Amino acid sequence: MAFTSAVITFPGSNCDRDMAVAIEQVCGGTVHRVWHGDADLPDGLDFIALPGGFSYGDYLRSGAMAARSPVMQAVVRAAERGVAVLGVCNGFQVLTEAGLLPGALMRNAGIRFVCRDVALTVENSQSLFTAGYEAGQRIVIPVAHHDGNYFADDATLDRLEAEGRVAFRYAEQVNGSARDIAGILNERGNVLGMMPHPERMIEPAQGGTDGRALFESVVRSLVSA
Amino acid sequence: MKVRVLVTLKNGVLDPQGRAIHHALEGLGFSGVNDVRAGRVIELDVADSTTDEALDEMCRKLLANMVIENYRIERAA
Repeated sequence: MAFTSAVITFPGSNCDRDMAVAIEQVCGGTVHRVWHGDADLPDGLDFIALPGGFSYGDYLRSGAMAARSPVMQAVVRAAERGVAVLGVCNGFQVLTEAGLLPGALMRNAGIRFVCRDVALTVENSQSLFTAGYEAGQRIVIPVAHHDGNYFADDATLDRLEAEGRVAFRYAEQVNGSARDIAGILNERGNVLGMMPHPERMIEPAQGGTDGRALFESVVRSLVSA
Repeated sequence: MKVRVLVTLKNGVLDPQGRAIHHALEGLGFSGVNDVRAGRVIELDVADSTTDEALDEMCRKLLANMVIENYRIERAA
């Protein structure tokens, strides 16, 4: 079976094309482009990506409106069936607002929009998204966000840590995130939300290739599964 | 019927915007400001028959993010 994926576009998404190109180049197969108003997803999906951007102009709260759009109900059902779902940046905000991941992403502690390459530590190298990395590996991936300050109550944070659900941690001060969390997994391990943009680090012309292993991990995990 | 929903950050949740406003007030020379918390007011015009339960559900499902925010509903007298 060929690898089948979908990239969701909300009004205001702006990293959807980059995401589709990254998946095409690294994972191959068929990449469907799906509009937020679609109530159904294509059949036989292996992987769904929610891209970065400013869906619905960040009205109300970042990701809040997108999380209630028709297509997200289909994404939630797909995630419950075990389809791999990646949310990057605004996509991460949408996943928390939709309740697929715990916590919330608040305004950066330093108020300013942060747009630069940052060092991350791979905390969990066992997940279907991170199996291509080494545990503790230091990688460099760019961030570009205003609301990336991860917040959850202490009990939730303790649980995420104990269950190995912190996928990536910032190795430097970026946005004030609780416990420097940059990306987290859901309980089942098939949903990953992260603020840094792996799709922007897949070929040397982009300044690095540290994001490739994430997409390679997804395709390898799903093909061998 | 006019309804006003006040959405505020929960106690203990860091509010960088409130802090920036606080600094700006001090920069303007206002003294004695102990703390500033920024929130949001949403005004709804709803059918008179709208129940408290329905308003609560609107707040919990969309208007407030219960992870970080509290809300208060005020019905116009």
